[in-house]
Amino acid sequence: MRALRRYHATFFLGMFLFFLLVSDFRHLRGYDVSLFLELDPLTALGGLLTSHTLYKGLAWSLVILLSTLFLGRFFCSWVCPLGILNQLAGYLFNRRRPVDAYADNRYRSIFRVKYYLLTALLLLALLGGLQIGLLDPIALLERSFAVGVLPAVHGREIPLYPYQPYFHGGILISMILLGILLANRFMPRFWCRVMCPLGALLGVFALRAPLRIRRDVDRCTSCSRCLEACQGGCDPHTELRVSECHLCMNCIEACSEGALHYGLSQPRSSVHQSLDIGRRRLVESGVTALALFPMLRSSRSAFAHPVPEVIRPPGALPEGDFLARCIKCAACMRVCPTNVLQPALLEAGLEGLWTPILINAQGYCEQYCVLCGQVCPTAAIRPLSVAEKVGAKPFPHPIRVGTAFFDRGRCLPWAMHTPCIVCEEMCPTSPKAIWFQSVAIPDREGKPVALKQPFVEPSRCIGCGICENKCPVVDQAAIRVTSVGESRSQRNKMILKGDVA
Amino acid sequence: MSRRQFIREISITSGLAAGIGVGGWLAYSNEPIRRQPEVIHKLRDFRVPPSAHHPQLAVVRGTDVPRMTREAITRLGGIERFIQRGDKVLLKPNVGWDRQPEQAANTGPELVAAMVRLCREAGAKAVWVTDHSLNDPARCFFRSGIEEATHQAGGEIRLPRQEDFVRADLGGTLLKVWPVSRFFLEADKVINLPIVKHHSLSGCTLAMKNWYGVIGGTRNRLHQDIHTSIVDLAAAVRPTLTVMDATRVLQRNGPTGGSVADVSRENTLIAGLDEVAIDAFSLQFLNLQPETVPFLALGEQRGLGHVRWQDLNVSQTQIG
Ligand code: SF4
Ligand code: SF4
Repeated sequence: MRALRRYHATFFLGMFLFFLLVSDFRHLRGYDVSLFLELDPLTALGGLLTSHTLYKGLAWSLVILLSTLFLGRFFCSWVCPLGILNQLAGYLFNRRRPVDAYADNRYRSIFRVKYYLLTALLLLALLGGLQIGLLDPIALLERSFAVGVLPAVHGREIPLYPYQPYFHGGILISMILLGILLANRFMPRFWCRVMCPLGALLGVFALRAPLRIRRDVDRCTSCSRCLEACQGGCDPHTELRVSECHLCMNCIEACSEGALHYGLSQPRSSVHQSLDIGRRRLVESGVTALALFPMLRSSRSAFAHPVPEVIRPPGALPEGDFLARCIKCAACMRVCPTNVLQPALLEAGLEGLWTPILINAQGYCEQYCVLCGQVCPTAAIRPLSVAEKVGAKPFPHPIRVGTAFFDRGRCLPWAMHTPCIVCEEMCPTSPKAIWFQSVAIPDREGKPVALKQPFVEPSRCIGCGICENKCPVVDQAAIRVTSVGESRSQRNKMILKGDVA
Repeated sequence: MSRRQFIREISITSGLAAGIGVGGWLAYSNEPIRRQPEVIHKLRDFRVPPSAHHPQLAVVRGTDVPRMTREAITRLGGIERFIQRGDKVLLKPNVGWDRQPEQAANTGPELVAAMVRLCREAGAKAVWVTDHSLNDPARCFFRSGIEEATHQAGGEIRLPRQEDFVRADLGGTLLKVWPVSRFFLEADKVINLPIVKHHSLSGCTLAMKNWYGVIGGTRNRLHQDIHTSIVDLAAAVRPTLTVMDATRVLQRNGPTGGSVADVSRENTLIAGLDEVAIDAFSLQFLNLQPETVPFLALGEQRGLGHVRWQDLNVSQTQIG
């Protein structure tokens, strides 16, 4: 059984990594690279609460939910890549004496924390604030890999990204992952037992599972060897806590009496314990969530008022809807070829932590690229066709993500008598949004210098940011894009003419 | 403390002390930071000896690009004049942009494929196709059709990464030591495959300007004196051969393009060794005069070629 689980786990972890690896323009050939996020019932439920829809691929999560009803929390040990990694980390870091193992693996009341977290997250979602991605294990792991692990292993021999990618505050995300893995030193599968809201959700669904670990009380000699091997902290040696058990099956193998089996109840099977949660604590966490939500919404954020640097990827839903769908999984950032997509820190408000924004100093939005919308599991960035993005027939307008502005105090032809117009050269629209006027301006000696001074035509600018990215004034470009004019917003507008949709 | 113990302790301590002393002495320096002497590379001259038996420019008009390419090279003396058995050949088309062939922002894939085939036939050990693209390189090579064309013809795509740029002395008036793609240092022969395009600052993007794809670094500074930069680059990279793609010409909105409405069909290839002459000849497709394009005269002054292509031995044909 354990060997079987290991093969299984290796296979699923491998699949998770494989999808991450092929998430780029070269290799993306119709694989469902977001499959793990779509299998995740918490992603689906969160989105369902905030947006009242179960978006396309998220229907896969029903498969997991339905099977959990019958089989128990198998997802955690057999499918979840973070669970598998935690298991591996515990195995590597934690060589314990059996006495300690008995003590470590006993059920503790701290395990209830995950139910409180789940309650708070679901209540927030019910009110309209989706923060599930912060703690959802699949979103967390996808984000950690896209922003932390893969950029670190990228190199000449392992070319995962077209260039060395850099991520805004990426180290924070990396350190959280390292922290989660190291926590296995103190308690095996610390994350899964204590923190994981998805585990909690599945635990609730597993409560009535007819198939579960059962102990034959006649055969059992109370040696507690099963407890020594238990990953779930679910007390297989007494009255099993079904909601905690994630079916690692270690106990069955550990039992020398053959007293344990996975299956239906038998006449001599021991009884099981139900969910252990403190009512009072549960109410507290609910009330906290209830109080937090209006506080979140009364804090100034990109939701309240357009923010110049909150430039969302093409196809992003309007800010409110976007926040109601984005689970911060960073799949879009993994796939973006120019590294322009970055995890926001507080630019978009606390609610928008780690949601994607475009930072043009890092990259620019490639005109014919629509990959981010294709991999987004929740359609926070809805899938676009290239034609829709660039405004080819039958679409009347291209998708705009913002508008470029010249900083005439920094622009070489405007401020320094120096020819340049790299921005004009780079501008991909046809006709170009940047144009120039040929002038002769006297320099400090009074000698006229022939220059081409550039302008932006806002109705043609799509905000792609290549001008900002390639401007030779590199520390802070002399042309910069801000979010105004973005197609997704009805109010973040400035021009009357030609700025429809 | 026993004597033995004392000796042990004292020798460890003096060993440590000696180690610190020696370490300090070895590490001592007048410089705040120790530096390796930097290796500055130099680009090789890739040219083959001039020949009096062959025309200096071969202009071939038609619609069958593979045949036109073959014909142009044959007129110049055949591919064997340029490529020897065992050569590593680098082709430098313009693959700057994430555009499709019809949009004429990049060199046509058919020309690239035809050149790869010719080099292969001449026994080249490897044929590399490279450029330093302005959009995402993977997309540029894919969507320009050059990746597929190259692979089918038996060539190899080499995308320069940040680490592939090494410092080289270009010896120009403006461009001295710059990062250069190391593929150009590894090749035995280099063939320039530019395309005729409009460019709002220099007027046009032609063969000499195509060498922007050799260098890395902050290329965007070159616009501040674009004509001198173009000539500096052309003087630094002396190719074995140049074949200009004037089958489709981007007339406006260059060098990026984007709309097929800006493209005209000219159905011409121009091959030769004299980049200035090739560039001067190509002006006619954009309705430009040599006087309005300063880098041509500058290039002639630098001894890179002849602006008055009419004075050269030009062979013009129409096929297909
Ligand atoms: S569409 Fe733009 S933002 Fe999205 S992945 Fe492509 S380049 Fe990045
Ligand atoms: S953002 Fe810059 S490059 Fe992009 S369309 Fe606007 S002006 Fe052109």
